[in-house]
Amino acid sequence: MSTAAQATPAQMSGAEMLIKALIDQGVEVVFGYPGGAVLPIYDALFKQNAIRHILVRHEQGAVHAAEGYARSTGKPGVVLVTSGPGATNAVTGLTDALLDSIPVICLTGQVATHLVGTDAFQECDTTGITRPCTKHNYLVKNVDDLSRVVHEAFYVATNGRPGPVVIDLPKDVQVAPGTYTGKDNVKHKTYRPQVSGDDAKIKEAVAMMAAAERPVFYTGGGIINAGPKASELLAEFVRLTGFPITNTLMGLGAYPATDKQFLGMLGMHGTWEANHAMHDCDVMINIGARFDDRITGRLAAFSPGSKKIHVDIDPSSHNKTVRCDLNIVGDACKVLEQMIAAWKQGGYKPNQKALDKWWQQIDQWRARDSLKYKKDSKIIKPQLAIERLYELTKDQDTFITTEVGQHQMWAAQFYKFNKPNRWMTSGGLGTMGYGLPAAIGVQLGHPGKLVVDIAGEASILMNIQELGTAAQFRLPVKVFILNNEYMGMVRQWQQLLHGGRYSQSYSESLPDFVKLAEAFHCKGLRCTDPADLDGVIKEMIAYDGPVVVDVAVDKAENCFPMVPSGAAHNEMILADDKPKDPTNASVTEEGMALV
Amino acid sequence: MSAPQQPIQSHILSVLVDNEPGILARVVGLFSGRGYNIESLTVAEVSDAAHLSRITVVTSGPSNVIDQIKAQLGRLVPVHNVHDLTVEGPHIARELALIKVAGTGEKRVESLRIADIFRARAVDSTTESFVFELTGNPEKITAFVELMKPLGLVDVSRTGVVAISRGPKPL
Repeated sequence: MSTAAQATPAQMSGAEMLIKALIDQGVEVVFGYPGGAVLPIYDALFKQNAIRHILVRHEQGAVHAAEGYARSTGKPGVVLVTSGPGATNAVTGLTDALLDSIPVICLTGQVATHLVGTDAFQECDTTGITRPCTKHNYLVKNVDDLSRVVHEAFYVATNGRPGPVVIDLPKDVQVAPGTYTGKDNVKHKTYRPQVSGDDAKIKEAVAMMAAAERPVFYTGGGIINAGPKASELLAEFVRLTGFPITNTLMGLGAYPATDKQFLGMLGMHGTWEANHAMHDCDVMINIGARFDDRITGRLAAFSPGSKKIHVDIDPSSHNKTVRCDLNIVGDACKVLEQMIAAWKQGGYKPNQKALDKWWQQIDQWRARDSLKYKKDSKIIKPQLAIERLYELTKDQDTFITTEVGQHQMWAAQFYKFNKPNRWMTSGGLGTMGYGLPAAIGVQLGHPGKLVVDIAGEASILMNIQELGTAAQFRLPVKVFILNNEYMGMVRQWQQLLHGGRYSQSYSESLPDFVKLAEAFHCKGLRCTDPADLDGVIKEMIAYDGPVVVDVAVDKAENCFPMVPSGAAHNEMILADDKPKDPTNASVTEEGMALV
Repeated sequence: MSAPQQPIQSHILSVLVDNEPGILARVVGLFSGRGYNIESLTVAEVSDAAHLSRITVVTSGPSNVIDQIKAQLGRLVPVHNVHDLTVEGPHIARELALIKVAGTGEKRVESLRIADIFRARAVDSTTESFVFELTGNPEKITAFVELMKPLGLVDVSRTGVVAISRGPKPL
């Protein structure tokens, strides 16, 4: 650092430059873990007060925390890790952010440039490893490029379809003196994503919608990524047209779940009415969703009779798996604005007679009550636990994160999200261990708000160490474990698809979660009786600090509706279907391989 | 959608990219990661001042896969543009090959005669071998190589296709 001190005032060290660039980008929080190759950056962090550093306990946790922060605030999350294992530990989080389109900037230390390629201590080919799991990545070899690269990285991460960007910083570049380039002097050479939709196509889309007899909106995470205004516009458009709407897992909260036009989530564990409406519709309006295999089921049988409109900011999402009749490239918020204007300008009215008939059909599907489950006075049903959590938290602005598995699907089905940015879950990658660090990130972005990680006992153990982070930074996150002593979704699939052979899915030798919480300076609670559920949830909410609640739920409960693998999206198994011989399941060998 | 199987066609894609470290790995990784074919690939800097490189990649697949390849290439951050010369109109595609043939007597003379017909130049010669340089479309080069096989073909080195559109307009 002595070189920096001797340098002219206009110059500064790479590490100082990095901090200045982050401040100029409005960064308030960095999630990180120090190590040899980032010591100069940690030194520069030490000497300033504008950016708060949150010390995680594992680099994967840092990335998930940044994702939670980004997803809940709309601002990019920033991660700082060291070279080698620091970078490789971040890979799962980066892939998660790529698949769910979350803007994350990950700064990785690297060995000094003269050591690159020599298998130096804690060296790995970070840009090589992260190339397929980031939207873009950079290796900064010259300190004078550093500030430009940082500003470019923020631009790339947050514009177009958002995603993670890695900046690999060799140690000698961090200490070398150089000249800082301000944010406003950096313009990306090539990257200009298309924001506005093509006007002619927008007109065609609204004309198709007005002529529709059985329309359905199918919207996803793209609405959330386009900002809160996109959700407002979506609600306006849905009410204007009177059409039914369903959301993907990533899109929950984009449209108020308590509204009567909302059909619930669609897909593998979606509602009967949402999946049937998608299958039988004549016009499908997809905004910001990507025809994921968990939505479509068997592709050949996906919504066979419908005309499909697809709005997406990423042209590669168009016709990727499902061929659409009208593809519009653009930002969800901007295109919604254009569509509403075109609808109003054209004086369009929905075909009310046909729409009434369509709603009658939907009401019949709704009457099937596909989320119904058997109540029990002795054993806590996991669905009941989520329902009670919802009832007791709905009157305050609550943020929910999840791990991955049955509890995640029950949370999506039973917790009603009325606002965007309140629901953080690992949808694309399905990363167990996402929820607790994500909750930490959410809590940092929203001090004073209630943040609950709905967890399973298996998932939570994948990043349980982050309880230490919550305790250290006094982040009062609540971990609400639905403990069925199984990797529930694995067990469910084994029951339904593999003849009930529960291979390795039993959670053997579980820790005592109450004692575990206490060991981490958190509060531990346990609930085993349905009668105590409300009291325990209230106690959890009331406690000013991190809490782990171990809720012993029905071990054998399955998550329904379920579209088995290889089946069409309207071929759902429901909870009250006659139990089939598990060895005689309707799933074919081919379906089994489809997962 | 399991639409009726579309015929598999070969396409020449011309991709203008920033000449930055890792760009080739990015493009190649995209093809291998998503299971697309690469039949040939050439890359070189085309503008020193603007640090631009042109990648010419020959790939094959049904038209929906080709569309997806173009969209995936187009969304790589350092990619300026992607042109599908096969569908965009008249174009010239050329490949250069160096072909080593060893032999003596009548076979050696015959190889030289055929080289003359193909307008291949001998760029290296010993009393028992030639290295021919040949440019042309890939079919021509393949035909020449086939003819050299019985005449003592030793090695073939081909550049892969480079291509450009006909007429005055840029890509």
